[in-house]
Amino acid sequence: MNYIPNILFAIALIAGFGYFAKNVKTLIRNIKLGQDVDVSDNKSQRWKNMTRIALGQSKMVKRPIAGFLHVVVYVGFIIINIEVLEIIIDGLFGTHRIFLSILPESIYGFLIGSFEVLAILVFISVTIFWIRRNIIKIQRFWKSEMTSWPKNDANYILYFEMVLMALFLIMNATDVHFQSLNSGNIISQYISPWFSGLPETSIQVIERTAWWFHILGILVFLNYLYFSKHLHILLAFPNTYYGKVKPKGQLNNLESVTKEVKMMMDPNVDPFAAPAEGAETEIPAKFGASDVQDLSWVQLLNAYTCTECGRCTSECPANLTGKKLSPRKIMMDTRDRLEEVGKNMDANNGEFKDDGKQLLGDYITAEELWACTTCNACVEACPVSIDPLSIIIEMRRYLVMEQSAAPVELNNMMTNIENNGAPWPYNQMDRLNWKDE
Amino acid sequence: MGFSVANLKIKAYNNMSEQLKVPTMAQCMAEGRQPDILFWVGAAGSYDDRAKKITKAFVKILNKANVDFAVLGTEESSTGDVAKRAGNEFLFQMQAVTNIEVLNAYEVKRIVTACPHSFNTLKNEYPELGGQYQVQHHTEFINELIKSGKLSIGSSSQFTGKRITFHDPCYLGRANDVYEAPRELLKTLGVELVEMKRNRNSALCCGAGGAQMFKEPEKGDKDINVLRTEDALETKPNIIATGCPYCNTMMTDGVKAKEKEDSIKVLDIAELIANSQE
Repeated sequence: MNYIPNILFAIALIAGFGYFAKNVKTLIRNIKLGQDVDVSDNKSQRWKNMTRIALGQSKMVKRPIAGFLHVVVYVGFIIINIEVLEIIIDGLFGTHRIFLSILPESIYGFLIGSFEVLAILVFISVTIFWIRRNIIKIQRFWKSEMTSWPKNDANYILYFEMVLMALFLIMNATDVHFQSLNSGNIISQYISPWFSGLPETSIQVIERTAWWFHILGILVFLNYLYFSKHLHILLAFPNTYYGKVKPKGQLNNLESVTKEVKMMMDPNVDPFAAPAEGAETEIPAKFGASDVQDLSWVQLLNAYTCTECGRCTSECPANLTGKKLSPRKIMMDTRDRLEEVGKNMDANNGEFKDDGKQLLGDYITAEELWACTTCNACVEACPVSIDPLSIIIEMRRYLVMEQSAAPVELNNMMTNIENNGAPWPYNQMDRLNWKDE
Repeated sequence: MGFSVANLKIKAYNNMSEQLKVPTMAQCMAEGRQPDILFWVGAAGSYDDRAKKITKAFVKILNKANVDFAVLGTEESSTGDVAKRAGNEFLFQMQAVTNIEVLNAYEVKRIVTACPHSFNTLKNEYPELGGQYQVQHHTEFINELIKSGKLSIGSSSQFTGKRITFHDPCYLGRANDVYEAPRELLKTLGVELVEMKRNRNSALCCGAGGAQMFKEPEKGDKDINVLRTEDALETKPNIIATGCPYCNTMMTDGVKAKEKEDSIKVLDIAELIANSQE
């Protein structure tokens, strides 16, 4: 017996999953570069959010056409993958359609039949996605941040899916034994006649080739994820779990600031007191974020989860009125910078070596940050619970509290609040004058 | 139909001060009593000429319904919302801690405010810093007054049958999921409520939030309030209703920019209710 195909298959499988595991490790390491944040609260609400938003696609369908097509591709992706299990067993043990010898023919036929229907539906949906993106040119896919890699990435994913679905159907269509059962070949029976003129050996070769390319394609696609926006198919689940559970309007109160404010307000504190003997000298906290390491790990997870659909940007009042701010770009920049930091660490034995760059300025400009109205439209629009607003606020905090770099008018506003308790320069003692006017 | 805002009788409540009863917390304390409600006026409601009218309209409603309320008056200070959203967490927390000290000294339990920004900050961001209160937006509170029979609205008012569209303030709607209270109030008035294409959780911001009210917008091709006003104009309204002093300013400016101020009025829900009383 010839074991070469089995061995090759095992090698491909190990290489595929091995490289994927390595990338997952890098991914987790990079996400953990973020600041710790407590997400142990509201467990049941979090599970509910994940079930409803990620598993149930509740926010995707807010836009009915894209939502419906996405559900088709999503369901197809999950269910057709059952077939991959059979392919892996067949590949490793040199069997052919092993489930056919385990399951009754009718059930096997029903399964494969469903896969075939889903495969053709996925193919059609993905084709429509491609048309929306490239022919109809839906605006949100053509914003300024959607050039070069982001633009190509989106199309590569669509081509991958088209080819994988086509290979699956061709593989079934050229499987003479499977076709002869005439059960489950709902779609492939119409493709089969395309090959009818060919000699049986050629058909066999086509079947084997389709089979191999299909499984190798899946392995390549799996490893493509880490480099692509398509990572959302995995990260949407943890991201919706760890997503915000508080009211959208509630911004976090910086604990480091609370400590200092409490101290300022406490009349018993001696401002000149020397630190207690043996007390650890605390590194003064940095207020806000100028680089990815200052963000929380959930915000970094957000960045890796973003699939660049642009629903956030298409609802952003600043972007809609021609300002530079695009919430999607905030997420893309955060991921790009995080990747850069990660690569820097890889090249320096796991230590980050200052590269003279940071997220603020080199990726995200102050102009973008100051254009935000904090309206939460982007947060509401995101189908996978990403919170671009929280990153914008953290970076504003850095600009204001570390660099005193707020726009002049805002500095005036803040001085007014400090002096007379209102953003306008009115006397606090006049606060009730309206009553008598 | 020859509608003109000139025909609307929107009282400015000028020279009516003798009719408005506005006790302060300090007065209540001196009299040894604890009012049920603290009305948090907010900086806009205290100082901005347009917003002051909203404040007075709401006080008229409170008086009419015999609500036992008080204001902090000169003891009130900015909640710190704008400072926080501008990135000045220090200033925000200083404001919060100072306000919380005052509120807790008066043992305040319930707060009502006509400003969604104060509403959001008091409700969501003060508890962690030691300020735990039951906080309501004035549209929620007025709705309760009507439902419990403490406030009644005549079967028809000058607004009956008027086309009114409601602009959702971000800090009331998306931020805190209050969408229906203002709409229920408009329905109580018997108006023809028309929705903009972007409404409720997909409503477009007026452009004032996140401290934008206090600065020039960044370079772009349009002002946000003009875009939002265009949303409103598409519904061909007689009145644009809202529930936020900042939104009110932005939409009023937007209507002016579109030169529609003679045919469309921007009013707060409290003003609509107050002007529907006989």
